[in-house]
Amino acid sequence: MQMRSHLGRVRGLGSSNNGVQHWWMQRLSGIALVPLSLWFVFSVIGLLINADLATVTNWVGQHYNPVLLILFVICMFHHAQLGLQVVIEDYTRSELTKVTLLVTVKLAALLLCACSIFAVIRLTFGA
Amino acid sequence: MANPNRPLSPHLQVYRPQITSILSITHRATGIALAGGAVLFSYWIMAATYGPDAFSTAQAVLGSWFGQFVLWGMTFSLFYHLGNGIRHLAWDVGWGYELDKMRISGWLTVIFAVAMTVLTLVIVYSAADVV
Repeated sequence: MQMRSHLGRVRGLGSSNNGVQHWWMQRLSGIALVPLSLWFVFSVIGLLINADLATVTNWVGQHYNPVLLILFVICMFHHAQLGLQVVIEDYTRSELTKVTLLVTVKLAALLLCACSIFAVIRLTFGA
Repeated sequence: MANPNRPLSPHLQVYRPQITSILSITHRATGIALAGGAVLFSYWIMAATYGPDAFSTAQAVLGSWFGQFVLWGMTFSLFYHLGNGIRHLAWDVGWGYELDKMRISGWLTVIFAVAMTVLTLVIVYSAADVV
């Protein structure tokens, strides 16, 4: 005989051990990336192919480009690590492999995200 | 208790490829590729902070035939993942679950991805002498 309510037994104990937050953040970052990635691709191909450093530095700092670039970087790395998390959870069998890969991917994404944001700031305000 | 009659995931050796299943796994594959693209982007923007020499090395690597090949792969992956991502968002609000609509939206995604990739290719190679 179960003394716990149905809700109490299922709450917070799905196979992923969490709820809707992952799904929601993936949609939110995905929606943001629609305009941001289109803007980035068409800016890069329009301006930056074969460009020298001065041209690129000038473009990064122009108008509100640094803001868009930083938002792009945050959404891109956040979306990427959420997606890779699902791939890892789907295909790894041992708990140790899974946790090791998850920690590696999430920390690497955080590191590259921070470095890219800093690079944008540095290019904007000079060395 | 495990129910032996529960639906099983498709057994790949005997599962007939369909537009829906092919596009689904392509979404995942392009997503993984684009994570690599994010790493490339961070290399490129960080190289710019290290000065003209590091940056021209990065431009040379990305502009080599192999670099260009990878970037075209990234371009297709981006447009495919973007198109199919919008298809997923439509499903999230409950639109397009019928099989015929699903096939139509799938082919539209493929056409969108190929067309946008070709458009990008045309813009790049007509605007700059990168070859």
